[in-house]
Amino acid sequence: MKRSWLPALITWGVILFLFAPLVVLVVNSFNASRFGGEWEGFTWSWYEKLWAAEEVWESLWITLRIAVSASLAAMVLGTLAAYALHRFRSWLQNVHHMLITLPLVMPDILMGMSLLALFVLTGVETGLLTIWIAHVTFCLSFVTMVVLGRLQDFDFTLLDAARDLGATQAAAVKKVLLPLLLPGVLAGGLLAFTLSIDDYVITFFVSGPGTTTLPLRVASMMKTSRSLPMINALSTLLIASTFLFAALSSRLQRRA
Amino acid sequence: MDDFLVIDHVSKSFGTQRAVDDVSLTVAKGEAFSLLGPSGCGKTTLLRMIAGFERPDGGRILVSGQDITALPPELRPVNTVFQNYALFPHLSVWENIAFGLRMSRRPREEIRSGVDRMLELVRLSEHSRKRPAQLSGGQRQRVAIARALVNRPQVLLLDEPLAALDLKLRQHMLMELNTIHEQVGTTFIYVTHDQGEAMSLSDRIAVMNAGKVEQVDTPEHLYETPRSSFVATFIGDANFFTGVAVELQHEGYVRVMIDGLGSPLVLSNGAVTSNQTLRLMVRPEKISLTLKRPPSGERVNAFPGIVEDIAYFGSHTRYRIRAGEHSILAQLQRSRFSGGEIDPVRGAEVWMSFHPDEGRVVRLEAAA
Repeated sequence: MKRSWLPALITWGVILFLFAPLVVLVVNSFNASRFGGEWEGFTWSWYEKLWAAEEVWESLWITLRIAVSASLAAMVLGTLAAYALHRFRSWLQNVHHMLITLPLVMPDILMGMSLLALFVLTGVETGLLTIWIAHVTFCLSFVTMVVLGRLQDFDFTLLDAARDLGATQAAAVKKVLLPLLLPGVLAGGLLAFTLSIDDYVITFFVSGPGTTTLPLRVASMMKTSRSLPMINALSTLLIASTFLFAALSSRLQRRA
Repeated sequence: MDDFLVIDHVSKSFGTQRAVDDVSLTVAKGEAFSLLGPSGCGKTTLLRMIAGFERPDGGRILVSGQDITALPPELRPVNTVFQNYALFPHLSVWENIAFGLRMSRRPREEIRSGVDRMLELVRLSEHSRKRPAQLSGGQRQRVAIARALVNRPQVLLLDEPLAALDLKLRQHMLMELNTIHEQVGTTFIYVTHDQGEAMSLSDRIAVMNAGKVEQVDTPEHLYETPRSSFVATFIGDANFFTGVAVELQHEGYVRVMIDGLGSPLVLSNGAVTSNQTLRLMVRPEKISLTLKRPPSGERVNAFPGIVEDIAYFGSHTRYRIRAGEHSILAQLQRSRFSGGEIDPVRGAEVWMSFHPDEGRVVRLEAAA
């Protein structure tokens, strides 16, 4: 029987559709042409310019600080929230569940606006703190969902067994529950980290003077064609590190 | 017999459901004891109360004189082998067994020798570095037993220890559990719904039904002299008849008139008065079948019937026999149908007979 060429065609079509822009971007980051219309020879110069652009690295530093601290906070809070959602059933938990899932479905622009409205109302000055609070808010939902998935597979008789063998409640959680949940918590944390790094819309609303995160910086650089090739170079670096994190995250999630 | 584990008027309700209803039991030191009953009879709830996972609504639980009713599970001198073993999947076999000793902060040397001794007892020394997921069902169970026994509990609780194993392995583990019990001498309490398991594992069995204990006895006594029809049907098969006492004889024998069958002579344990309605039981394997009427005598109860159904099981054959409105189960060893006669076929007329000692009064109904 002759194999149909259609599935292969569709597969390659989808791959092309998804990755062609990335390929163009990566290639252009090495293109001597400023506008990238045609190939004018290989160059490292955009990377050199990028290296010299201090404001970009400052933004990256801000972004990383927020991403690390927000995903750590989300890991702790998300794990606690998942435990509560899994263990207790009441109308209050239904509300809790709704609140947790809301950021997953709510448009970013709505969330950014409402957070800004809240900060203005309470007189909190926008800056690092407000960005951090906003990022924890949406990261929390993702961590909770990932950990909740793992809790559904967790056999709670293991905690009974630990108690039976002389462990206090706290020791049972520390020696049995946490080690078994850890891969899920880490996977959720990595997901939160990548989401925090590239958030633009929400951050746009809640950032203040001197707290330009990397996505905000890139967007503002887009306004001047002069720095366009630099963005290509920066994006290439980001693509590389994102692939690294995604691979790490999926490895953790696959581990039993 | 000293009362080592004492369950004193213990009750537990879940909502309106009385899971355990005023149960009192005593178990001797070193005894192998079973809680036997159908699912939902309260046996698992009782076990969980002994382990400390449930608090009784009322009553006390004592182990060698110490009241443990209010103690949390980690402070009780009791360990459990869980139904699905509940081994820690992230720890090796060795670390699973060491868990209890680590929790009680024993010296390193004591942990090492204790775990190694247990690995030897359950013959798993060469698997000590494996994870539970890499073991077979029988090996996992042995790890669970070792993990519990290494703490030298005063009482070991085993929740349906053989339920998760296949038939061949189950028979093997039965022997193994008996050997381990013999070697360590700890009090074992089994919870099971399988009467065969309970009979071959325990010195005594408590048969439970609807939150209450129906009878506590040795396996042999439960089988031979069940005190209620529930016990009689739960342990082995039984034929039941309802009749009226028509003639009381010496030494507890009583002649019972059964509608549509006849008036056999049977043995009664309790006091029987004349004209009282009785319920009596005959085990299928206690009934003999013959083609001709057996020689009559004072000590023989014989009734005619027609073979309705035959089921061949290899080691034995079962016959369902109709006698009027009664349908009676008889079970014969191959060699028992002797005397050169051919085996009865479906529709054949046969005689059923049993000795008076094999017919038991299981329940006395209120005198009519």
